[in-house]
Amino acid sequence: MTWLTEPLGFEFVRNALVVCTVAGALCGLLGVFVTLRGMSYIGHGLSHAIFGGAALCAAIGVNFFVGAGIWGLASGLAVGRVTRRRIIGADAAIGVITTASFAFGIVLLGFYTRVKQSIEATVFGSVLGVSSGDVLLILGVTVCSVAVIVANYRSLLFTTFDPEVAEVTGVKVARIDALLMLLLSVAILSSMKVLGVTLIAAALVLPAVVARMLTDSFTRMLWLSSAIGATTGFTGMFLSYHLDVASGATIVLTGFVVFAVVFAISGRRGLRRAAGLDDHHGPAPDVSPLRAVR
Amino acid sequence: MSEPLVELRHVSHRYGNGASVLRDVDLRIGGESMLGIVGPSGSGKTTLLRVLLGTVRPGHGHVERRKGLRLGYVPQVEVVDWYFPVTVLETVLMARPARRLRPWATPVEKAEAEAVLERLGIAGLGRRHIRELSGGQQQRVFIARALLGQPELLLLDEPTSGVDVRTRHEVLHLLEELHRDGLAVVLTTHDLNGMAAHLPELLCLNVCVQAAGPPLAVLRPDVLERTYGAPMDVLEHAGLPFVVDRPGVRVS
Repeated sequence: MTWLTEPLGFEFVRNALVVCTVAGALCGLLGVFVTLRGMSYIGHGLSHAIFGGAALCAAIGVNFFVGAGIWGLASGLAVGRVTRRRIIGADAAIGVITTASFAFGIVLLGFYTRVKQSIEATVFGSVLGVSSGDVLLILGVTVCSVAVIVANYRSLLFTTFDPEVAEVTGVKVARIDALLMLLLSVAILSSMKVLGVTLIAAALVLPAVVARMLTDSFTRMLWLSSAIGATTGFTGMFLSYHLDVASGATIVLTGFVVFAVVFAISGRRGLRRAAGLDDHHGPAPDVSPLRAVR
Repeated sequence: MSEPLVELRHVSHRYGNGASVLRDVDLRIGGESMLGIVGPSGSGKTTLLRVLLGTVRPGHGHVERRKGLRLGYVPQVEVVDWYFPVTVLETVLMARPARRLRPWATPVEKAEAEAVLERLGIAGLGRRHIRELSGGQQQRVFIARALLGQPELLLLDEPTSGVDVRTRHEVLHLLEELHRDGLAVVLTTHDLNGMAAHLPELLCLNVCVQAAGPPLAVLRPDVLERTYGAPMDVLEHAGLPFVVDRPGVRVS
């Protein structure tokens, strides 16, 4: 029992536990849209893009959240715009735009020494520095994100599944895409300080992939992915304290263990479900009518 | 003749690279229409459908839609992501009106969706994943989604593409039934012979309208050669035209 209660005696651990759990749930929730839209690389890409914005903010003395947030949103919208031209795939568009932004951040690092100091924490994350302000921030962002998703549930589902028909049915697809990019940017921004670039990319993808292996229902996938993200965030943070290793790594590895267990249990059925992620618009599988009406 | 639902006058459109995809197209879709748009790949069928839908704004010409017109659209099943985690009922309910901020469907909306599924003969499949259905059932799900908004005009992109003969018959019979119930139907297709038996009107398209009218008037060797760029023969069986390749002819 001491194993569980001892870390809670430290305020920074309590704060970090809340932040990791809530950030895990938030990334799990948004990760469902990201993976089903075939944009699993977006978490990795956006966090790198925001790095460029964060470096610029540090260089010119602008508030980190405002500057990097605008930068992240602009990068996300640019990715969406390039992807819709269909000449370049989503992965290539993310690769081009976000790595250019990352490279811009690296250049700034070379010019400004003071940027280097404030940016290192952004790149690698720092759980030790989690304050009650960070807790309030992630809670606020999560509550707002859930409210936006609930209010736009049908439009988000429709545009993720079938944007062309959604447009015909009256859904403002471009507006919904921009809204999702805004949510992602804000989620990454509010999680980045404590979790680092590596975890955010994994936190977006792993829970959603595991949830997809467990269910064929979109609504259940949202709940499951959020719960898996929260659980891996909480467990990974605890392991980090006891093993004295970086929290980002333990959270990602916890997520991977969950993935491996579910993969082993669900077998080919789970794999077949998850196989559709990032590989859209293929022909309908050959299912005989006899089997379908059994 | 009733007031047209959609009317196109001298509509032309080009791709981004400047290539003409539609040229001087005139088309009138009335409440009584049941029209098949046929033509080879790249002939402008899908663009014409999108002009009718309003998702493509043509570079030239006029498009008039009756005010308040309700449209239903069924995409090609080949572009559907069959691994997407949605059940049949969730798919149909995507088309429910977006009047409220509540994420879940009301009992009334669910009942409406169930009623459409029952009308299309797939009642009881609501909880199934869309991948678990036969080809004909899958088409019906997407038609059901289009019907939930109670459209006056149903537009379908290649509903018989990539499906077996049985499914093609199922889908075309269903569309005939819906048309008899008062729904105007426009579909695009590659399939010449399957259409003649089910559609009273055909439009042969290859950038320009090559011919339009009843199948017997449209499916003629000269029209088909202009449309497809290959010589074809037309046989008649039970009063219906059947298109066959001309043996021994090599297309240059």
